[in-house]
Amino acid sequence: MCLAIPGKVLSISGDDDLTRMGRIDFSGVVKQASLAYVPEVVIGDYVIVHVGFALSKVDEAEAQKVFEYLKQMGELGEIEEKSP
Amino acid sequence: MKAPEFSAACPIPISQYPHVLMAHGGGGKLMHRLLEDVFGKAFSNPILDTRHDSAQFTVPPGRLAMTTDSYVVRPIFFPGGDIGSMAIHGTVNDLAMSGARPLYLSCGFIIEEGLPMETLWRVVCSMRDAANICGVQIVTGDTKVVDKGKGDGLFINTAGIGVIEHEQIISPQNVQPGDTVIVSGDLGRHGMAIMAVREGLQFESTIESDSAPVHEPVLDLIKAGIEVHCLRDLTRGGLASALNEIAEAAGVKIAVEQKLIPVREDVHAACEMLGLDPLHVANEGRFVAFVPEEDSQRALEILRRHEVSAGAARIGQAVEKAAPLVTVKSALGVSRILDMPSGEQLPRIC
Amino acid sequence: MKFLDEYRDGDLAQKLAAEIHRVTTKPWTIMEVCGGQTHAIVKFGIDELLPKQITLIHGPGCPVCVTPLEVIDQALEIAARPEVIFTSFGDMLRVPGSTTDLLAVKAKGGDVRIVYSPLDAVKLAEENPSREVVFFGVGFETTAPATAMAVFQAAQKGLKNFSLLISHVLVPPAIEALMSSPNCRVQAFLAAGHVCAVMGYEEYFPLAKKYRVPIVVTGFEPLDILQGVLLTVQQLESGRAEVENQYARAVCRAGNQPAQNLVKKVFTVVPRKWRGIGEIPQSGLGLSTAYAAFDAAKKFKLTDHRVEEPAECIAGLILQGLKKPHECPAFGTRCTPEHPFGATMVSSEGACAAYYRYRRHDMKEMAGAK
Repeated sequence: MCLAIPGKVLSISGDDDLTRMGRIDFSGVVKQASLAYVPEVVIGDYVIVHVGFALSKVDEAEAQKVFEYLKQMGELGEIEEKSP
Repeated sequence: MKAPEFSAACPIPISQYPHVLMAHGGGGKLMHRLLEDVFGKAFSNPILDTRHDSAQFTVPPGRLAMTTDSYVVRPIFFPGGDIGSMAIHGTVNDLAMSGARPLYLSCGFIIEEGLPMETLWRVVCSMRDAANICGVQIVTGDTKVVDKGKGDGLFINTAGIGVIEHEQIISPQNVQPGDTVIVSGDLGRHGMAIMAVREGLQFESTIESDSAPVHEPVLDLIKAGIEVHCLRDLTRGGLASALNEIAEAAGVKIAVEQKLIPVREDVHAACEMLGLDPLHVANEGRFVAFVPEEDSQRALEILRRHEVSAGAARIGQAVEKAAPLVTVKSALGVSRILDMPSGEQLPRIC
Repeated sequence: MKFLDEYRDGDLAQKLAAEIHRVTTKPWTIMEVCGGQTHAIVKFGIDELLPKQITLIHGPGCPVCVTPLEVIDQALEIAARPEVIFTSFGDMLRVPGSTTDLLAVKAKGGDVRIVYSPLDAVKLAEENPSREVVFFGVGFETTAPATAMAVFQAAQKGLKNFSLLISHVLVPPAIEALMSSPNCRVQAFLAAGHVCAVMGYEEYFPLAKKYRVPIVVTGFEPLDILQGVLLTVQQLESGRAEVENQYARAVCRAGNQPAQNLVKKVFTVVPRKWRGIGEIPQSGLGLSTAYAAFDAAKKFKLTDHRVEEPAECIAGLILQGLKKPHECPAFGTRCTPEHPFGATMVSSEGACAAYYRYRRHDMKEMAGAK
């Protein structure tokens, strides 16, 4: 359930919080989505979009964490291999 | 391959007949004008110009290949093509799948009363240009007009004849265990180009249909002496359909790898957005080829010399004679069944 | 695609899988709630990377699958009416009701149209004032804010020719219903990431405490699911039962407040029947009285009726995680995606459909091994 994909906000239109719309870029494919539920989002932000609505802003720092964790695991593995 | 720009003015005076009427299919003066001024003028060649009920021609020595297809695509004009160019390419490509050189085409038109004359002329010009590029002649045809509401604009049927100038038997039954599976280019462009302009789903993109003729790279493969065991063009149902049909007809297990299958980034994104699988999405200028492993590298080099197959890639192999099955290995290295898609590809939210 | 493809990296997936192997010392049964997660697990083969001791059970997180037959029949009744433009997400078009489906109604002349967003249905209503536009509102909490906005905007615009057939469902009551069932074998949950993007995960703390189960909010890509499983197993192995958030790049504890606010304004919590499970109290959303004018069931005076499922169908047991698809005698023979008996074969997220499409060649081996 809940097919929702990340895209980048290219432009925003509409003055009212509830009618604010964004043009969202998904790697070269652009579709309009409602930004009513993400009033804090600005151009350049990434949002998760489900059925034409942005539901949350992607936290880019959090997005990196799994890769940092895996990198650390890799380094730890190397240390463990090297120790007697 | 981009279709040439439509330029010449419609020969039927639009001010007089802005729309196709029932009478244009009635067999009388109006129909005669339509046949002469639109079809006859655009497709003119010595055989068609004789205006016989049937076209008479000789063919070079060799086996013949024949095919037929009907085209009902909506919208009529889409990014990268239209129903007309698609009809020409589709039939040329079906002939190419036997390794045949395409020669002559027939075109049957079923026109819905009320179709704008300008639309018909644009489609016909597109067919003329596509036929010229493919080196084929439209030598006979038929026209019918149906009542408004009975036809959805325009349906086109094309049949084609080609000559097989080689001795190879290209068919699924010839697929051997160990054969390399090659795809001639990236997948999913046609289906997603149509989705992009489909009512209710529209999105902005530069995805264009890959509708194009593929006979030249195929004929080059054969000329170079490559043993081509099987060819199939990818249309509705995408790669998954074609491979399943071959597996079934050949009685083989076929294994492909996701990471080897080329899909353009924007096509991938459009599929993700609508919840579609690029392996199930329609193509119009792509084919798969089954060749012996030892010929595969050379086959790829030959294909890559042509613009339409510049993106050719090895995607897997026919594994063994077995109960028909197609599997795909995911990015995680795990294999699963690549099933025949069921019915129309519908976008999902789930 | 950024924030998507990098989470499908095969090498990194292997690393996470290796770590899961390293920390797993006992058998564990984990349920992933969401159909989208099931889809990813089966499509990428994530379960095959896990140690044999971990059993993944596919939960009822497929709103298409759990939509009751009665509601589908109501949709079909409305869609067949000549004055109606019936709009729906693509998922529902092939779902059979008692006798037919929306595609067949379309073939017979019903004006059935796929929409990408509920707002597209509102637009259709504005553009077709002489027709009745009806939107089929199914989905979990993820989709409810979109449906709510459609209703809200329709009310603001004073549209009289727009209504909705609502069958929204809520996840936490379903989890509670599963956990309180005496046969429940589930020891931990991967909670649905996008549901939590809307609702936050506050509701899961009491559940984790009451049933002593780890609940990890998890995303949908292979690395998300593997990391979700890893966090879950780490909790299970150390005897913890906490709520954690794997999908922090999209989910925060409080969730999306503006979305929750509008949902509360437009909808009210109602009992809802889940196909294959039965009625679960407080588990659905219905239009609140202020918006009753937009309720298609009332507008078209639809009657409630009961529909019996084929007796053979064990979808209920599968949805509860008590049986696997290949344990059903009708699986793959009389019951297939082309002619489904019940909920779990109906949409591609259903456990039976997913297994049929992607795994039926191992099914015989799996059945033999049991």
